[in-house]
Amino acid sequence: MTDDRRGLALGLHLGVLALLGALQLVLPPFHHGMVARVMVLAAYAVGYNVLLGYTGLMSLGHAMFFAAGMYGTGLTIQHWGFGAGAGFLAGIVAGLAVAAAVGLVTLRTAGPAFLIVTMMLAQAFNLATLYFNDVTGGDQGFILSGLGLDLFGVRLAFADPAVKYNAALVVFAACLLLSFWLTGSPAGRVLLALKENEERTRLLGYNTVRCRLFAVVVSGLLSAVAGSTYTLLFSYVGSTFGGILYSIYPLLWTLLGGAGTTLGPLVGTLVMTYFVDVASAITTGYLIVVGAALIVMVLWAPAGIVGGIRVRWAPWLP
Amino acid sequence: MGALVLALTALGLSLVFGVMRIVNVAHGEFFMLGAIVAWYVSTLTGSFLLALLVAPVAVAGVAVLADRFVLRRIGYEPESTIVATIGLLYILQQTVLTTYGPYARPVEAPVYFRVDFPWFGYSGYKLVVAGVAAVLLLVTWMALSRTTLGLQMRATQQDREMAQAFAVPVGRVYTVVFGVGAGLAAAAGALIVPVQQAHYLMGLDALLMSFVVVILGGLGSLRGTLVAAFVVGLSDGAISVLFSPTLAKIVATLLVALVLAVRGRGLFGEELA
Repeated sequence: MTDDRRGLALGLHLGVLALLGALQLVLPPFHHGMVARVMVLAAYAVGYNVLLGYTGLMSLGHAMFFAAGMYGTGLTIQHWGFGAGAGFLAGIVAGLAVAAAVGLVTLRTAGPAFLIVTMMLAQAFNLATLYFNDVTGGDQGFILSGLGLDLFGVRLAFADPAVKYNAALVVFAACLLLSFWLTGSPAGRVLLALKENEERTRLLGYNTVRCRLFAVVVSGLLSAVAGSTYTLLFSYVGSTFGGILYSIYPLLWTLLGGAGTTLGPLVGTLVMTYFVDVASAITTGYLIVVGAALIVMVLWAPAGIVGGIRVRWAPWLP
Repeated sequence: MGALVLALTALGLSLVFGVMRIVNVAHGEFFMLGAIVAWYVSTLTGSFLLALLVAPVAVAGVAVLADRFVLRRIGYEPESTIVATIGLLYILQQTVLTTYGPYARPVEAPVYFRVDFPWFGYSGYKLVVAGVAAVLLLVTWMALSRTTLGLQMRATQQDREMAQAFAVPVGRVYTVVFGVGAGLAAAAGALIVPVQQAHYLMGLDALLMSFVVVILGGLGSLRGTLVAAFVVGLSDGAISVLFSPTLAKIVATLLVALVLAVRGRGLFGEELA
């Protein structure tokens, strides 16, 4: 990709972030809260996309990384009296540890085997949070209160909608720009090569094992950041977020938006969250839209929304 | 009892994986659907025997439709198939939730007798379940080893293209295998309704336990699946007596994840992917 195309793409990303920033001025309260939630979940999807879209590994266990961030933050705040900042760091450390362990265990697997191993590990993780329910609160979870950050003597309470929205925006922006930077960096290129042809990449002299580990750790890290942020902004920790549905969600969001596109996860999360919201008002079986969307995409739109746009009109999209 | 029903469910999954080389994430939902259909039929007609016959056939029909309209069209590409079967999982599960509701409902056991050993008693129906499951396993086994269709299945399993070159109708074999796999799970689900209860979320556990069995037994190895089903089915019961069932499940899933991570083909089987 030439440099001016790269500049154009960067401009587009900054424009999208600016648009999200401006939206808070016009959105009515309900949608204001909804978009804040979407941005945190989109950060999770961005993390998932690093693995699926740019490395070609499909995981069914990402909820484990999200939940690691969530419990790392929530438990240290609840039981050890950590502040929001220290809790956030604890969430990141927990996410890194889990991601590194999973990365090492799954090194030799690919394709469906990788998928089943990650699913099994996530299931064991989720069952463990249920088993130790006197610490974790099990599926009831627990609610945190009075979370906030003292910044230059100003108390920013996360319960305040404006603070919530902008904190979500900052975290999402960081994740998005990191993934944008990754697509242009040598490391990201090697990951793409890994996705296209692992054998050839190895023959070219790249340490594919180390690259894969790197991808899993980065992906897990971003997911944990999202999980930790979710805990801080929405003051809740519960094992639902470690369940298989929360491993399938980022897969769905990423595929819907377009795997292997930096903006796809945001678009997919936004569309799907609103879809699910509308459907849940109509029927108790609202997850049927999740199932239908997956099948429709596999049959008719494997490239996803942004992926489709890239194919037709804008081949320069990263 | 548990071991044989688990074997039946896992055999369906193993058959589908072995012949079609696909991972069917919706397999547990076929099990669940079998239980639900059995509840409906036996409640409406009062005949559990009829329910046992209708459930597998109806569920196999659903599976054949899914195969025709979804899986065949994506060419059984491994990862797309997984995504599609996840979609199928939610469609089946949520359809049951909206029609059948979030209840757990049992069916009256069709036979009442107790077998009393000096040291423990045993409910007669559990023996019936074990007997029926054993017969179904045997029938599947005979069909695979003695019939033309079984021969075609095994040929497709060994080499799809070569089988096609020898005029094996691979497309039809796939459809039949997917239907039979789902039917076996549904039969297991129907058998278990009088002991457990029919509930729309019962599929996930069945799926995970089947994965455990199929992976331990070796992917694509039917004999391995049977052996593993007995080991897991019996040890799960034993472990559950000593420890909590949750802990037993944690240990089982971790064990399987590690087995698959270290040996990509499970303990005795062929390479996955």
